Amino acid sequence: MTSVPLTTPVIDARGLGRDFTRVSGPLLRRRRERVNAVHDVTFSVAPGEIIGYLGPNGAGKSTTMKMLTGILSPSHGRVRVCGLEPSRQRTLLAGRIGVVFGQRTTLWWDLPLRDSLALTRHLYRVPAADHAARLAELTELLELGPFLATPVRQLSLGQRMRGDLTAALLHAPELLVLDEPTIGLDVVSKSAIREFLLRLNTEQGTTILLTTHDLGDVERLCRRVVVIDHGSLAFDGDLARLRATAPTPRTLVVDLAGPADPIEVAGARTVRVEGPRQWLELSANPAEVIAAVAGAHSVADLTLREPDIEDVVARLYSSGRAAAGAPRREDPVSG
Amino acid sequence: MRVLLAVFACGLRRYSTYRVATLSSIVVNGVFGAVNAMVLLAVFDARPRINGYTAEDAVTQVFLAQSLIGITAIFGPPLDLGGRIRDGQVAMDLLRPVGFVRWWLAQDLGRAAFALLSRTAPTFAVGLALFDLALPADPLRWAALAAAVALAVLVGFGLRYLYALAGFWLMDTRGVNAVAWLAGPFCSGMVLPLVLFPDPVAAVLRTLPWAALVQVPAEILLGRTVLPGGAAGGLAYQAVWAALLLALGAALTARATRRVVVQGG
Ligand SMILES: Nc1ncnc2c1ncn2[C@@H]1O[C@H](COP(=O)(O)OP(=O)(O)OP(=O)(O)O)[C@@H](O)[C@H]1O
Ligand SMILES: [Mg+2]
Repeated sequence: MTSVPLTTPVIDARGLGRDFTRVSGPLLRRRRERVNAVHDVTFSVAPGEIIGYLGPNGAGKSTTMKMLTGILSPSHGRVRVCGLEPSRQRTLLAGRIGVVFGQRTTLWWDLPLRDSLALTRHLYRVPAADHAARLAELTELLELGPFLATPVRQLSLGQRMRGDLTAALLHAPELLVLDEPTIGLDVVSKSAIREFLLRLNTEQGTTILLTTHDLGDVERLCRRVVVIDHGSLAFDGDLARLRATAPTPRTLVVDLAGPADPIEVAGARTVRVEGPRQWLELSANPAEVIAAVAGAHSVADLTLREPDIEDVVARLYSSGRAAAGAPRREDPVSG
Repeated sequence: MRVLLAVFACGLRRYSTYRVATLSSIVVNGVFGAVNAMVLLAVFDARPRINGYTAEDAVTQVFLAQSLIGITAIFGPPLDLGGRIRDGQVAMDLLRPVGFVRWWLAQDLGRAAFALLSRTAPTFAVGLALFDLALPADPLRWAALAAAVALAVLVGFGLRYLYALAGFWLMDTRGVNAVAWLAGPFCSGMVLPLVLFPDPVAAVLRTLPWAALVQVPAEILLGRTVLPGGAAGGLAYQAVWAALLLALGAALTARATRRVVVQGG
């Protein structure tokens, strides 16, 4: 069977790289050092995907986002976003994508939120009726109503983030790029934003690329993840496959009737004891282990904990270069 | 154009939220103008005419200058752009589907329009109330002044845009601003009309862009233009500097956004 390209990718990065010159030391003995922040990154994103772009601090995630949005030109390789070359066609591309950088805002600090949102109609040349309808919809979904009239500098972080998301979406972009959109938010705000993004993706087909350190975001939103480490691609594929690539055992949390010695059963290893609660790392079928534990001890409660994606990614990082040999995603789109 | 009008309106509304700053700057402009005028009156007491200027001319220029401080921002505020380059917020500005220079220009014109309404009129009124000013009766001359003030705003923006843009290469524009806020008021004829400088110094200052901020508009108001063509010559001088500065700003912007790094993760 030959595969026929069904759609052009929204993002298509080939051998993308970026070097920085870092200047350090005192004025007269300046040392110049080349930093390879992103190295030979190749991946592509089809319309309608939600991709998690993950990696530890300093991995090169933000640098990649900057190249994709056109505010930084690549040192190596090439990239197309919505069929455009970002750094050369930045202003044109800006009209077709929405971007939110978690630590930054596009809103007017001193003016009511409403004013910044009204301005986007002119910035993106959205017909007045479309703009009004979309604003009403987003106001409802993100519950902006109570603070539309509040100056942005008086908004809480979570409120401001919802305002920024709205500003990035009023022109119905094909692609939404989010760099740490849930940074510093509480559980409720995080979950509101996740549900909103999911809805946006399923109902309007908006493609979403996000970086985050919050693995709750990844588990809720991303079927596919791209992991980057020290500037290089370490993994690209299904979240489920990432788990398989860097297998992490499941944990059984056992609450006993009272404090006891570490449990000893076949197929599990007790890794932690705190009063009546014990943590068992499973190496065999959980059902057998649970039966064995219940048979030998008086158990008050049991929970089976799936490995956190955080554990999985940490394992992937620590396995270092070995991860570079991890299976790469077969590109479904031939360019 | 619609976009720029909307940005202009946001700039105007934004500055109108700074009520205390506006009020205090009217007081400062009024008081500083009065002191400056009294010093000059003392100077002219000894010599009734200096390079064609009378005491009345000099005092009129002082109050015109004080009235223009707000609109042309000779003493600041600097464009937010400098700070935004330093902390990486400029990324958000680059992600707008509008030309970069035009975005900042429209916003600054909004600021100038607010200053015109809120600061220029009250400051000039203080001058009128306290001193005899040499004001023309000819409506054409007032029209020429209006054009000169508009061009002065463009030149003021062009200069401040370049100061801020230096941040892409220097990372810290506070040094640039310190020099600019010192040089601007002297070179523009704000602190002292350029006619009172020694001739060779005045001749040099008259070729620089700062003269377009105060000295040229003042001479147009007073009918004492030194450039050939009278008021038209003065306006042409301002227009040439405005065009040069904006073109340089646009060229450097293109270079900066291609080569230079947006800071911060
Ligand atoms: N302007 C710059 N000059 C020099 N080096 C830089 C510059 N910007 C980023 N770097 C370096 O490039 C690397 C990648 O940085 P980047 O901001 O992309 O990381 P990140 O993956 O977004 O990290 P985080 O999770 O902390 O946000 C880091 O080592 C960083 O020090
Ligand atoms: Mg980052």
